[in-house]
Amino acid sequence: MSISNQDVHHIARLARLGISDEEVEIYADNLSRILDLVAQMNDVDTDGIEPMAHPSDVSLRLRDDTVSETDHRDEFMGIAPASENGLYLVPKVIE
Amino acid sequence: MSFESVIGLEVHVQLKTSSKIFSGSSIAFGAEPNTQANAVDIALPGVLPVMNREAVTMAVRFGLAVNGLINQRSIFARKNYFYPDLPKGYQISQYEIPVVGPGYLDIEVEGKSKRIGITRAHLEEDAGKSLHEDFHGMTGIDLNRAGTPLLEVVSDPDMRTATEAVVYLRKLHTLVRYLGICDGNMQEGSFRCDANISVRRRGEDKLGTRAEIKNINSFRFVDKAIQFEIARQIEIIEDGGTVVQETRLYDPTKDETRSMRSKEEAHDYRYFPDPDLPPLVITESFIEDVRRTLPELAHAKRERFIREYSLNSSDAEALVGDLDIANYFEAIMQSTAATAKAAANWITGDISARINREGINFENIPVTPLAVGQLLDRIQDGTISGKIAKDVFQAMWDSGDTADNIIDARGLRQISDSGALEEMVDEVLSNSAAQVQQYREGETKVIGYLVGQIMKLSQGKANPRQVNEILKRKLDD
Amino acid sequence: MPHNHTLLELSKKLRSRDISALELCTHFLDRIEGDTKLNAFITSDTERALQQARVADDALNSGSASPLTGLPIAHKDIFCTKGLKTSCGSRMLDNFISPYDATVVERLAKEGVITLGKTNMDEFAMGSSNETSWYGPVANPWDTSRVAGGSSGGSAAAVAARLVPAATGTDTGGSIRQPAALCGLTGLKPSYGRVSRYGIVAFASSLDQAGPIAQTAADAALLFDAMAGFDPRDSTSLDKKFEAASSSLEKPLKGLKIGLPNEFFDSGVDSDVGAAVQAAVARLCELGASAVNIALPNSAAAIPCYYVIAPAEASSNLARFDGVRYGYRTNDPVDLTDLYERSRAEGFGAEVKRRIMIGTYALSSGYYDAYYLKAQKIRRLIATDFDRAFAQCDVIAGPTTPTTAFKIGEKMDNPVSMYLNDIFTSSVNLAGLPALSIPVGFSGSGLPIGMQLIGPYLDEAKLLNVGHCYQQTTDWHRHVPGEFA
Repeated sequence: MSISNQDVHHIARLARLGISDEEVEIYADNLSRILDLVAQMNDVDTDGIEPMAHPSDVSLRLRDDTVSETDHRDEFMGIAPASENGLYLVPKVIE
Repeated sequence: MSFESVIGLEVHVQLKTSSKIFSGSSIAFGAEPNTQANAVDIALPGVLPVMNREAVTMAVRFGLAVNGLINQRSIFARKNYFYPDLPKGYQISQYEIPVVGPGYLDIEVEGKSKRIGITRAHLEEDAGKSLHEDFHGMTGIDLNRAGTPLLEVVSDPDMRTATEAVVYLRKLHTLVRYLGICDGNMQEGSFRCDANISVRRRGEDKLGTRAEIKNINSFRFVDKAIQFEIARQIEIIEDGGTVVQETRLYDPTKDETRSMRSKEEAHDYRYFPDPDLPPLVITESFIEDVRRTLPELAHAKRERFIREYSLNSSDAEALVGDLDIANYFEAIMQSTAATAKAAANWITGDISARINREGINFENIPVTPLAVGQLLDRIQDGTISGKIAKDVFQAMWDSGDTADNIIDARGLRQISDSGALEEMVDEVLSNSAAQVQQYREGETKVIGYLVGQIMKLSQGKANPRQVNEILKRKLDD
Repeated sequence: MPHNHTLLELSKKLRSRDISALELCTHFLDRIEGDTKLNAFITSDTERALQQARVADDALNSGSASPLTGLPIAHKDIFCTKGLKTSCGSRMLDNFISPYDATVVERLAKEGVITLGKTNMDEFAMGSSNETSWYGPVANPWDTSRVAGGSSGGSAAAVAARLVPAATGTDTGGSIRQPAALCGLTGLKPSYGRVSRYGIVAFASSLDQAGPIAQTAADAALLFDAMAGFDPRDSTSLDKKFEAASSSLEKPLKGLKIGLPNEFFDSGVDSDVGAAVQAAVARLCELGASAVNIALPNSAAAIPCYYVIAPAEASSNLARFDGVRYGYRTNDPVDLTDLYERSRAEGFGAEVKRRIMIGTYALSSGYYDAYYLKAQKIRRLIATDFDRAFAQCDVIAGPTTPTTAFKIGEKMDNPVSMYLNDIFTSSVNLAGLPALSIPVGFSGSGLPIGMQLIGPYLDEAKLLNVGHCYQQTTDWHRHVPGEFA
């Protein structure tokens, strides 16, 4: 299984990872090798097998609907890279 | 060539829990930015979601009310995309198996009943808000709303006109309010509607390409947006063009929909089961507990109003459309000897008019049902006339005072003393020789004029029934 | 010297007041401070540790102490520690001071355990050699030109060199057991759901479990009993009561059936490693156990399956690192996309980016069924293999790793050769089972060898019991690298 440079660009874009043109080549090579390893899955017959998403067979626990949290804004804003008036700041979002 | 439009609605119903769907933060509206965003809501490294039982109860309540299938095992999935108001980089939602499967709502349009299918309803978390006021060219992010529980209700594409869509939406709105699962406030975004619209030539089976109109925040705009979009698509096809599948935004100021190209880049949400949340299992007994506590719904309430209060069906219908109105009506009936018909007329008439003028809803009405009951009693027992009552009601609203106090303070008590009334009648008759003459020549309509004169003389306080009696007796003598 | 003692021995000394918590704390802080070769720590927390030690001494003096009070340990830097840097081995979180404590940290602190610092690790726990850390590789105390293993390499090196008597780790595909094996230590990966994941920076949520890295099985049991237990903040945490694993350590092994999977003893295993493990099994048989051959037919698919599921979950878990609310943010982003792409490109290292990309690819439209869904089906088969095996035996034994510690830099050019280190460990995470690695000897070149014991779901106590009985009659766990003795 080989991954093209174009695939790498597409995946990197989906994952919001900026990569340079030089890096693309390296990632294409690395990812192709990993996919070759992963392709060994095809040796296993999985017809009719139920997929397993969770390792334990438990069902979702439900909590009571009570407000248990207090305001931590100042503390959280203290570790934010850019904030003002209690808001996180990002470059202008165009709707 | 005639066209048919095909409409499906996706409605985001904000659930009226106390805390968020996966955290213990409050969901109260209007708090200072980011003061209701805890470690889970801002997605600090290492935090985990824990499901709110009440949100599940509300979803099941909804499912039962729309005769929906309640999936005994449903799965939370992650919908992955990057956006600054989505702190985890994914939204926890339900994808392959939602909590509520197929169900339906019956609507009535132009006297005909129509069944609108509900494809599914699933639980998910709301995102935060981006504030675009200028922060030196930056956007501010408030995560208070992030994690608010939503029930997304997806209809089948069963509606054919904007009217049907609005009727369905109103019915859904009434329903979620009755169920007590949503406050229904469209301005605050508690009940948000997206519409999927396509058109096709009549007789064709295949669906046309659809456009999705996002976040339409009033019933009126839903109507207008759909109408505009239908016309737009028909025009494109008639001009030989093709409709593109896209997301569009309704602009109420221009009354048009426009393409949201900025959001059009290919989405690939990479849904997969959320490993932090095991399957949601809903047992028979859980469902039965919810079923037992289902409130009376609009249809049943309408039937009961007809039965219990002898209302006609259109009055009953007018009262049950909004749960607050229905409750207001019943509270008035608890406290008055007046007829249900009178109470209904007052609610749909003067009270609604004032509510609309003030731009509020019944939930926030300043005049209590008890006070209205007293007002109706004063009409009933002849203390004031219906006409005077209208003024008294406005005064009650403005001052917060009771009907009795206002009647007394302003001396509005109806004059029923026959001696006093006879004097007034005599005075008017002696000043209206011409009209008396006309009456006696057979033009009995002038009696209205004469009654009016007497009412004027009494400053509206004369008992109209008695005035009529005395007047007739004297004229017919 | 205090550092030549196990936790249990130190606990006795503290209780008898042979030594104070403060002395103990100072001693180990000095050793951490004095080490220049291993790079085992990212952060040490002297002030707070000393403060905690004073509190512990008060408790010990007043008789209100728990068995753990005053014992110093280190936490892998993946556990959120309030007010203390929690980097996860990444530039992305180099500036991240956690505003809260992980449940594990909280539980241990409540028992009076003293946190000396935060140990080095592979970036976001993605690695098997501790070479992907933003803070540089960790050296193996047995041979500092070699890797300590990963991803909990800092914890393992620190315990092996007795810079701390024990440490916490996390294990997603072998990250406790593999470094424990390569450093000659006892490492326990508990059953999924036994230890709360709350406050552990998530790598692959359906695989991650925290556990102890210690000198002995008895020490591991002591820490495990304190770490484990129901946590309402983790929806995958089991709401069940368990007997303390420490209480069944001495149970005789008579009648114990040890399953030996053919697949774990094939030609890919170094002969020294294979021989040491066989000898350890023989020793267990002398103690009353018997060995049976079993089959885990889908073992070969575990690595490919793991390298789909773990990166897929990671690609989603790591989406929150976007430069908006905490952590690294690039300079002067021109727009939102630029903020995301450069913050993430600059904040993450190469291995993390590779895995995010593989995971993104495996979940993406058109590939989901072939990769992610296929992997989940294989996961079911692997779990079923174990179920069948445990119908025939009580524990499964085999090598923890196919080789002893390799040279730093040796496998960095080829990610796939690195991934193959997890060949015996990753299937355990896929099935959610408990597993223990214990030291069972040394290679010809003097490097430690580990044996992995895999148990049925929730039977950590059995594994620790077997490990403890083995360690009562062997002294591999007593060996300390000369230079750190």
